Amino acid sequence: MQDAVLAMLAKEPSHGYHLRARLQRSLGPLGESMNPGQIYVTLARLEKAGLVVCERADGLPDRPERKVYALTPAGQQRVATWLSEVSWPKPDLAEFHLKLVAAAAARLADPVELVAAQRRELLRRMREAQRAVLAEPEGSAAVLLLEGVVLRLQADLRWLAACERAWSKVDDEVEDA
Amino acid sequence: MNVVSARGLVKQHGHGQGRVRAVDEVDLEVPRGEMLAVMGPSGCGKSTLLHLLGGLERPTGGEVWLAGRRVDTLSERALARLRRRSVGFVFQAFHLMEELSAAENVELPALLAGRSRREARRRASLLLDRVGLAGRARHLPSQLSGGQRQRVAIARALVNEPLVVLADEPTGNLDTAATLDVLRIFEELRSAGQTFVIVTHDERVAATADRLVSMRDGMFVDDTRLAGTGTGWLGGLAGLEG
Repeated sequence: MQDAVLAMLAKEPSHGYHLRARLQRSLGPLGESMNPGQIYVTLARLEKAGLVVCERADGLPDRPERKVYALTPAGQQRVATWLSEVSWPKPDLAEFHLKLVAAAAARLADPVELVAAQRRELLRRMREAQRAVLAEPEGSAAVLLLEGVVLRLQADLRWLAACERAWSKVDDEVEDA
Repeated sequence: MNVVSARGLVKQHGHGQGRVRAVDEVDLEVPRGEMLAVMGPSGCGKSTLLHLLGGLERPTGGEVWLAGRRVDTLSERALARLRRRSVGFVFQAFHLMEELSAAENVELPALLAGRSRREARRRASLLLDRVGLAGRARHLPSQLSGGQRQRVAIARALVNEPLVVLADEPTGNLDTAATLDVLRIFEELRSAGQTFVIVTHDERVAATADRLVSMRDGMFVDDTRLAGTGTGWLGGLAGLEG
């Protein structure tokens, strides 16, 4: 969040409420849970770290808020670093995989059942994300983000289908033996 | 009331040792207004099930009911009549008549069901407008994109105000944008109370349904209600803490 807020200030100095509106526009339904004060907490932290400065502007009569935030040279540096960083959230598949292996080995639970339960949960999430996509107005920036959420869930569901096939086969072999 | 129901439904292909049960003792009830998705790997029997429900194939055993009327015992003639009036089919490959315009394709089942030319034209024009193709009414299918052809096929499926729309891989030949167009139309129809049974292998399509059954080797192996289970999970997803 800190990096994203800093990067939004790279275009021009801005008010807190303006930053918040831009964030929410880009996030769509994913930004709904954002606490209204969160942007100010983040800005205060960035100010303390010397990455932004807060200037008191002569506000317009219809804009009571007078604080305008701008990047410091250190802030600009950090934005440049953030943009050039290659990072990607790692999907946590190993834990679920190990759960299936352990459950089968100890005969604690049927792996096929565990996969089915996980699949139901992911399908409900998929429904939520898919409906959010359909509900976004045309040209919404948030659609692309929601599309990413849907595609990830789709990949997870396909992996679960592969798990289901593989573990069903193990079941059959045990029964045949 | 159930719009579609099946009891002990069986479809068997072949005889003796080589016989295969494509659908194996399936029980199903689809209440009015429900959107049901059926998922499963190729060859699990999901398309055969859809054909049985829509009267395109006859079951080897069991019963099929449409709006309280048993259909598997009807004569060919009565069955064809029922299909035309009460069931709307949407297929993966669209199955439009290539020599007819979009509007004529939509009008055709209305005319076959005995409606006047004028009424058929009125319905086709309303429906093409509803699927966003008012400006393409005179185009031939070959002049339309895949997504547009499928939307014509949806309009055609709706022209006789069917009790149920049966869709077999309706987005199987479509890209993401066209898939979303189709899902948007389905969602509109669903909110208006249309009953659906959709066979698909696309998780995205399945996830828009109210209920999802999974098929394996001709049998249902899972039956999950998806509607009304929103978790608020999406809102917490942006990862904006700190």
